[in-house]
Amino acid sequence: MTGFLLGRLAQAVLVMLVMSVLVFLGVYAIGNPIDVLIDPAATQAMRAAIIRQYGLDLPLWQQYGHFLGNILHGDFGNSFVFRIPVLSLILSRLPATLELTVLALLIAAVLGVPLGIWAGYRPEARSSRAIMAFSTLGFSVPTFWIGLLLILFFSVELRWLPSGGRGPVGPLGLSIWTPEGWSYLLLPALNLSLFKLGLLVRLVRAGTEEVMGSEHVRFARAQGLPESQVVGLHVLKNIGIPIVTVFGLEFGSTLAFAVVTETVFNWPGMGKLVIESITSLDRPVMVAYLILVVLLFVVINLFVELTYGFLDPRVRAR
Amino acid sequence: MNREALIEGWQEYRRSPVAVVALVVVVAIALLALLAPWIAPQDPYDQSALDLMDARLEPGSVGSGEYVHLLGTDNAGRDLLSAILYGLRLSLSIAVTAGVVALVVGTAIGLSAAYYGGWFGAVAMRIVDLQLSLPAILLALVLVAMLGQGVPQLMAALVAAQYAYFARTAFGAASAERRKDYVEAALSTPLSGARVLWRHLLPNTLPPLIVVVTVQIATAISLEATLSFLGLGLPITRPSLGLLIANGFQFMLSGRYWISVYPGIALMVTVLAINLVGDQLRQVINPRRRR
Repeated sequence: MTGFLLGRLAQAVLVMLVMSVLVFLGVYAIGNPIDVLIDPAATQAMRAAIIRQYGLDLPLWQQYGHFLGNILHGDFGNSFVFRIPVLSLILSRLPATLELTVLALLIAAVLGVPLGIWAGYRPEARSSRAIMAFSTLGFSVPTFWIGLLLILFFSVELRWLPSGGRGPVGPLGLSIWTPEGWSYLLLPALNLSLFKLGLLVRLVRAGTEEVMGSEHVRFARAQGLPESQVVGLHVLKNIGIPIVTVFGLEFGSTLAFAVVTETVFNWPGMGKLVIESITSLDRPVMVAYLILVVLLFVVINLFVELTYGFLDPRVRAR
Repeated sequence: MNREALIEGWQEYRRSPVAVVALVVVVAIALLALLAPWIAPQDPYDQSALDLMDARLEPGSVGSGEYVHLLGTDNAGRDLLSAILYGLRLSLSIAVTAGVVALVVGTAIGLSAAYYGGWFGAVAMRIVDLQLSLPAILLALVLVAMLGQGVPQLMAALVAAQYAYFARTAFGAASAERRKDYVEAALSTPLSGARVLWRHLLPNTLPPLIVVVTVQIATAISLEATLSFLGLGLPITRPSLGLLIANGFQFMLSGRYWISVYPGIALMVTVLAINLVGDQLRQVINPRRRR
């Protein structure tokens, strides 16, 4: 187990290193940061001073060394636009994105699991076909377009919910403490959840269909257990593990997809920040966001693989 | 694939009326996109033909061109029907080109990884797996941010974000085929390795790849629209569907819904129809479903 753990850990570190090189080359070397940093009207002497200040006159590998060293100290530099340290800027937007993502996943799970079980339990029923059609719709239609439709319907036509922005922020930087906060949170969370909902319904249905045909379900029925117990106990238990795994992995991608939803609903989270940083060429923010997101993915993947290794000895041997 | 298999496949496909309708819709949309320059009432890219007096006309009104704007006009006075047809043409051509390039690149990587194996195969597939664990939207976002805006950059970003799906599928199918006796038999003859790859492994990995290509084209259309909506795709002078929607968004809150809604419906119908076709193709090809 220790060997397996060390191997995976080494791989994760390697991946992070490779990604840092790619991000560094992509963002700093391909584009020219000098043009962004320096006012075109600056004199030659001022230019030279700024280039030296940022270390842009050094050879590329030395620049990368500095870059890596700073990151390891948690120093991602200052934002060109906001003039404050990037890390605290991103972290200040983190609670907004986090509450949106978590609520979206909760909505997807609470709706998706029962719907998927039903569709797998009665695959030929009209209601099941409707559920499946809805799930295809859910992951076919681009998130931003569903978001626009939600705004058009609930904000412009019905005037029930605000069309964008975020409610008052309470403790922990979250806006879930007041009804007003929820009124802002509901539409974007629903929007972000639909894609995952479509995916989850399919996943649960496939799992349920498989388990329903298995020996132990037939045996449970032969025992005379009521159907509610057969489904609630035996089916749910057997599809539970893969669903939890996929959901763990989906957490990261939901966080990434929040970029779109946050832009549509003008939600002041990390995703909106990174889009703004791309359009305003705020490179330090781009770099920090990318490195942090990749780190998050690597950590989640590592965690899932280790869990597998813990549960199933065959994985360790590979 | 021979004639009989094709006919059999079609009969299996036909079982779902929804899928047949979806196929008809896909063909119709492809034709509309191809014929856009001949059937659109106006050339939406010709700035000199646009008249600001015609801006934001409601659907069904008659503008200075003295023809009916069936779907209204946008804020620059573009006939929306024409803009949608041209937008479809642009979105589809980008998505199909990117899909085909990704198919070729990904299949080449997947097949050679399965055929040669060893450290090359291991490293190649490890990279592919790593990429698959990152969401495509994130990769595309990063690449567009690095490469800048424009059609070639956008296509490069789409290919880079999508090739991995083909590589994984091709690798899976080819590894299974590689172990079969007929491949061993072909390898024991004096045929060259490249020929065995081309004539034996490739044809047998094609069916799953066809499913992936349909799904990926739909994904590419969505991705391109999303990137354009976020303002990272194409310039407004040549609007794709995503940009038309983004452009109309600001007028939606003031009740001028059509500028955004009609391009959105076109996008939704296109992506949904392609996905439904892909779904049914998967059913047809999946050997477990065959009886």
